[in-house]
Amino acid sequence: MRPFDLTRPEELSAACRDTNGENAAFIAGGTNLIDLMKLEVETPGHLTDISRLGLDGIETDAQGLRIGATVTNSDLAADTRVREGWPVLSRALLAGASGQLRNKATTGGNLLQRTRCPYFYDTDTACNKRAPGSGCAALKGEQRNHAILGTSDHCIALHPSDMAVAMRALDASVELCDAEGESRRVGLEKFYRLPGKTPERETHLRPGELITAVHLPKAGGDRQVYRKVRDRASYAFALVSVAAVLRMKGGRIAHAALAFGGLGTQPWRDPEVDALLEGETPSQALFDKAGEVLMRDAVVHEGTAFKVPLGKRVLTAVLKEVTA
Amino acid sequence: MTEELKIDGPTQARPEDAHAQGVLSREAARPDGPLKVSGRAAYAAEYLPEGAAHGVLVRAPGRGKVRLANRAEVEAMQGVLCVLHDDRMVRNAAQGTANEAPVQGVEWAEYVGQPVALVVAETPEQASHAAARLRVEAGGSKGAVTPGEGEVTDEDVTTSETGDFEAAMREGAQTLDATYTTPSHVSAAMEPHAAIAEWKDGCLTLHSALQMLKFNRNEIADCVGVDPGNVRVLAPYVGGGFGSKLGISAEAVAAALAARDLGRPVRVVQTRRQVFEVNTRRSETRQRIRLAADRDGRLTGLGHDALASNLPGEDFAEPVLQASHFSYAAPNRRLRQSAERLFRPASGSVRAPGEAVGVTMFEIAMDELAESCGIDPVEFRLRNIPETDPERDVPFSSHMLAECLTEGSHRFGWADRPAATRQRQEGEWWIGTGMAAAFRVNLLMEAEARVRLSPEGVVVETDMTDIGTGTYSILTQIAAERLGHPPDRCEVRLGDTDFPPGSGAGGSVGAASTGTAVWLACTEIRRQLAEAMGCSEADLTLKDGRATCGNRSLDIAEVIGDGPLEGHGHLQPGKALKKVRQSTFGAHFAEVAVSDVTGEVRVRRLAGTYAAGRILNPRTARSQCHGGLTWGIGMALTEALEHDRRDGHAVNRDFAEYHLPVNADVPDLDVEFVEERDDWAGPMQAKGIGELSICGSGAAIINAIHHACGVRVRDLPATPDRVLAGLA
Repeated sequence: MRPFDLTRPEELSAACRDTNGENAAFIAGGTNLIDLMKLEVETPGHLTDISRLGLDGIETDAQGLRIGATVTNSDLAADTRVREGWPVLSRALLAGASGQLRNKATTGGNLLQRTRCPYFYDTDTACNKRAPGSGCAALKGEQRNHAILGTSDHCIALHPSDMAVAMRALDASVELCDAEGESRRVGLEKFYRLPGKTPERETHLRPGELITAVHLPKAGGDRQVYRKVRDRASYAFALVSVAAVLRMKGGRIAHAALAFGGLGTQPWRDPEVDALLEGETPSQALFDKAGEVLMRDAVVHEGTAFKVPLGKRVLTAVLKEVTA
Repeated sequence: MTEELKIDGPTQARPEDAHAQGVLSREAARPDGPLKVSGRAAYAAEYLPEGAAHGVLVRAPGRGKVRLANRAEVEAMQGVLCVLHDDRMVRNAAQGTANEAPVQGVEWAEYVGQPVALVVAETPEQASHAAARLRVEAGGSKGAVTPGEGEVTDEDVTTSETGDFEAAMREGAQTLDATYTTPSHVSAAMEPHAAIAEWKDGCLTLHSALQMLKFNRNEIADCVGVDPGNVRVLAPYVGGGFGSKLGISAEAVAAALAARDLGRPVRVVQTRRQVFEVNTRRSETRQRIRLAADRDGRLTGLGHDALASNLPGEDFAEPVLQASHFSYAAPNRRLRQSAERLFRPASGSVRAPGEAVGVTMFEIAMDELAESCGIDPVEFRLRNIPETDPERDVPFSSHMLAECLTEGSHRFGWADRPAATRQRQEGEWWIGTGMAAAFRVNLLMEAEARVRLSPEGVVVETDMTDIGTGTYSILTQIAAERLGHPPDRCEVRLGDTDFPPGSGAGGSVGAASTGTAVWLACTEIRRQLAEAMGCSEADLTLKDGRATCGNRSLDIAEVIGDGPLEGHGHLQPGKALKKVRQSTFGAHFAEVAVSDVTGEVRVRRLAGTYAAGRILNPRTARSQCHGGLTWGIGMALTEALEHDRRDGHAVNRDFAEYHLPVNADVPDLDVEFVEERDDWAGPMQAKGIGELSICGSGAAIINAIHHACGVRVRDLPATPDRVLAGLA
């Protein structure tokens, strides 16, 4: 681990100022950052601890719920308002990581966790995300936990979050604050970038900008499901996961919001899948069509080919369950 | 005085059936348990002496000639004491019982990930940062890394043939010809490999995480060029080994060399990622199994052709066929084992080398053939139990497979099972059951122990290690039973080469081998007590600190008199295994649920019934079996060390990506022991139990998957994608 300075500010503006440099990073739970620093995949010279900024509250407001950035995954999953109004989020959180990690990991940190691509973690191999321009060892290497949607010739790294998948289905937005004290709200759909030629740039965060909260509008559907497929029953990243938020009216699908984990370079949502379903009567043919639309641009490699049939099957099973 | 025993034949008496003290073969807690759960048991990395420096190993990023590109720059970094790049550093860990230095020389990297340098600094943080900054250049040398593409020379192939195998295959009423594969596995012990080396007056003291100290002492001495008499190795507590700590590894040698150079103690702990690639792995295997049966379901032909890999120059080849030589009767047999040379990290012993993968895949093949014969899998195995060793004209020392199969199937409720596949569904989940037999050769190894009896109680000393198996418990029980003391008056001291050399822990030999050495040492003390009492050893009863002989009863302290009594036990294996075939046996039963949507498999029940001679402590024995069954789940469903297809390096080298079963993957495990006495196993009639439950438990799960949903997985592990490929 490279030596670093640590500040522990108690004011938001100070935190943003402290972290307004190329070589600085915020730290909250540290469940991912510390691992990466030990391997020197991440080598910040300055860390700003944001655990004293009072960002750990959950509040209801007129629009819905405001979740502070340092609310832990455990606390968020257990919150009764979340369990009642946004249960898909609670389930997604509990499907992720382990109890110990969830006790430390935070809401903002979870959104920004880095990929689990093994080549990203191995500084002896090529990785455009870690070392821009060095190449991508995964393209012709061992693939399994890699993306098939949103990939590029430069990167097939998967976004590993469960929580963020549920948040995409819930139309969440993030509240950001910069060193000047300027605050802005960005929908999750505009928060992440596709890898393209610059896979090292994963979000639209500006230097020194901090996630201060996540906003959840009132859920668009009363039927909410999170289903995760993985290699073992706990503590494994998703091979495929589906978050569904759905409302039925008169035997037809009135609102559909489907988001996917294990498939995309970012927590994945495809407006065309939702549009296809809305207004329709549930049927196997409809679900099959949804799967086809979801996978229309999938780019698979030898190790990830199974995700196309698996993704379709899980989508169908979730739609059956949620429309029944 | 030394009590010697060579096991050349069956024992004539079973004194432990008498149970005067009544502690042997009973449930007993671990004397070391409270120390371990409260953090007071110090493991290798925790004996930090004053003034110790810290070393971190650095790996080669490619295969070929090694060059350190910025050594001077790293040596100038804050806190750095030296960058060790010494030709006595080792490339691979020593194989189990090597007793000499493994291949040395780090000017060349034979595989990607090989340690090639050690960076030593004042603090662990400085050392790890400097190690990360050291730029190692290695590469340019090509070599096969993919199974099937490596060189196989004639001396790397062994074949044994009985009868006319090809004719049996041609004429069989039912035949099977199928190929199975298993991936690389790692031991993944919780405690990382660690060493603290300290030199004083030319003598080396090494605290290390090792399994077999008498060999390890010679290995490290050979590596650093000193007389073994000037080396003391200590490992009183070891946090799991599973084969990966049988021989010394890179961190111990590097620590010893650096400590001598620097004139101060040096600690080296492998990082978790290093643990996955620096120590020997279990080789991947490819196994072609051919079977022929007659109309009655009796095997007429048995063929097992196995391919495993290792680096050039490494003698070890995963002994896949070890149990296939004797597991089932068949007059016509062909067994062929080949070792190919692949430039992946070296392979070696991992928990139950041989049978873990050999029996598991063979038991899948047996399930397949039982199905084509239309015979229940339990019955199919019962019909094919050999009367004598099918390849050598010798009897079995004992053989309780039939009892295990019968009792196990009764306990599991096997009789209720529908014969056909895809018969039971709960929602989207297919439910099925499967079974497999278990075999593991039984071995004894030379072992010595010293026992001292004084009015204060009993002290046992041997360099034997307890790697988490319960050795402290068992040796305590043996000494307490033999010398008539309550266990809390017996102290067992282990893991120090200053003590007499025990067997070491490995190959399930520890309890029976070192246990017998302790038993013999106690016998010698019993003889001294009997002499003082004026009776024969056999007539002496020792219980609760009192010695009774006929109608004379005395406090043992009175009999001892002034000085303590001392006994030394020495066991040697002898010729027994030339005269008999000796094995442990068992039967595994599993119930699984398979998702029709995702191919995910959940183990609902897993049971094992085992025969392993006298069970010395049911609690620690059961605990070993729980571990083995969990390995079985991992082998069947989740565990695979992936190698990069271009350079062979281990890709998923941490606990997040190498998937061991977690608690949520392991159901209630049901373990039962069949009462057995094997008189060829020594005076306690006890055999090894540690590894038996890995040998076939994975097959019971794979066979249950087939019974549940009709999908036959022949390439392990049965991850959701592989099961789904059969379901879709």
